[in-house]
Amino acid sequence: MTDTVAQSATAAKAAPDTMAWDSGLRRLMMIYLPLGCFVLILLFPFYWMAITSFKPNAELMNFKQHNPFWISSPTLAHIKHLLFDTAYPRWLWTTMMVAIGSTTLSLIASTLAAYAIERLRFRGSPYVGLGIYLAYLVPPSILFIPLATVVVQFGLFDSPLALILVYPTFLVPFCTWLLIGYFKSIPYELEECALVDGATRLQILRRITLPLAVPGLISAGIFSFTLSWNEFIYALAFIQSGANKTVPVAILTELVTGDVYQWGALMAGSLLGSLPVAIFYSLFVDYYVSSLTGAVKE
Amino acid sequence: MSVTTLSSSSIAVRQPGWIVRLFDYKPFLVVMCLAPAIGLLAVFLTYPLGLGIWLAFTDTTIGRRGVFVGFENFQYLLTDPLWWNAVFYSVVYTGIATFGKFALGFWLALLLNNHFPFKSLLRAIILLPWIVPTVLSALAFWWIYDPQFSIISYLLVDVLHWRSSNVDFLGSPWPARFSLIAANIWRGIPFVAISLLAGLQTISPSLYEAAMLDGASAWQRFRYITFPMMMPILAIVMTFSIIFTFTDFQLVYAITRGGPGNSTHLLATLAFQRGIAGGELGEGAAIAVSMIPFLVFATLFSYFGLARRKWQQGESND
Repeated sequence: MTDTVAQSATAAKAAPDTMAWDSGLRRLMMIYLPLGCFVLILLFPFYWMAITSFKPNAELMNFKQHNPFWISSPTLAHIKHLLFDTAYPRWLWTTMMVAIGSTTLSLIASTLAAYAIERLRFRGSPYVGLGIYLAYLVPPSILFIPLATVVVQFGLFDSPLALILVYPTFLVPFCTWLLIGYFKSIPYELEECALVDGATRLQILRRITLPLAVPGLISAGIFSFTLSWNEFIYALAFIQSGANKTVPVAILTELVTGDVYQWGALMAGSLLGSLPVAIFYSLFVDYYVSSLTGAVKE
Repeated sequence: MSVTTLSSSSIAVRQPGWIVRLFDYKPFLVVMCLAPAIGLLAVFLTYPLGLGIWLAFTDTTIGRRGVFVGFENFQYLLTDPLWWNAVFYSVVYTGIATFGKFALGFWLALLLNNHFPFKSLLRAIILLPWIVPTVLSALAFWWIYDPQFSIISYLLVDVLHWRSSNVDFLGSPWPARFSLIAANIWRGIPFVAISLLAGLQTISPSLYEAAMLDGASAWQRFRYITFPMMMPILAIVMTFSIIFTFTDFQLVYAITRGGPGNSTHLLATLAFQRGIAGGELGEGAAIAVSMIPFLVFATLFSYFGLARRKWQQGESND
């Protein structure tokens, strides 16, 4: 499959041309064919994941008699095993709570911070904004070892609360930056009018700025939810007991046992663990795209 | 407090309570608004960052407070072939994966910049690999790379008859390294493509019209209009991409855990293996800290190498 990509990479030069197309065939070869390859390769692992989770074990391990790209006798055995014989529902619940908790926490913190930086305009506010932005560039891989000792010091080791408190370190910078952009787009005159009418600063934030920034808040919220759902390294380092693990960690550490991998159950677990974010994503696609590109453009 | 009452007394006609007046006092409000964010970042980011650098100079292990040992950890790392191996693979991994992501992502962005039906649906589908938890898609790749039941081997051996034996994706060092890089590229393409697409859409079509009137070819239009106009956004996206590829952990940990024979350890996975799994916190912290110079260098390089040139702001070229 990678061969296809490599071969067609040579055609990349001609792709930017959008105006000189005249023949439909050429358009087909230069746009639709490479696009089709991209979509096929980008989606194939998900198709493979989905189809594996409904295949009986006999079909999984026998490509000679069964066409591997299709299921002849679909089964729910893997999903049933996952839901009733393992702590999977518990893991889903923990992950959900951690994601909701850290999202709420970082939304509150970053809304206030963004409002202070963009609207209260104190001396040095650009530097505070820059500092928060720089925090986004510190990767978790550098922090997890000292953070583990901090978490132990606070007595939070093996507790989902540790994750709720730690995830904002990468959510707050992102959300603050996104919300600063949104607050910028709200006319300052509206706040001035309210000030003249005798509203306090907090009333202005609650009654005027926040309602106008709802799209930004939704973008920041769904983004934070996805990022905390997907987080792995902190959850792996700070949580030890099987019951408190989040879905990505639990699948990798609790379901991978011995030398014979339960591919059906593993893939079913991955599929179920991806579904919440995928559904969430499909509901808010436009917010995702705008927040992704908005954050980059800022 | 006296300052508070003085400054707000002129506004407060209805004589609101002192709490309301306090919250209308700007310096207090600024501090209150910044406190949660700055507090969280200070306790869980700045402090651990400093602590990590301190730990790197101690011999702390899990359960035992260490003492300052100077550069001993780093001296040990310099003689450790596994660390050199991890440095080597981290650089190779970042270099090839970044190149692949940007070449393919840029191409995909250019393709998506055309007009065709179902464009927004396609854009939504393409972001999926980036939305789904990395570990879970990494598991799917692990299954795709299975030595016996790999679907790629099946295609190559039984359908296309290009090979006579199954591909050994993860069993020996170099194939394993490239398999991981391929998975990383797969995951990175959507982010690069969608970010660059946003940049492409800001380029004014009149530039292309002017160039076409002057007789510029498709390649020239790409080389002298698209590429220079995309430079600022390329610089930002590439800085991010390099930082998070170099410090990648999830893909390698999920698919190979550093194997076979420690050949696919990145610095992050090696730090985890020594620091958390092995309990040598000091040494793990030293490995993590050893990533910082590479990150600073990569950031400076991609930022200053690609960042906005003077002529793009209307000044003379230099």
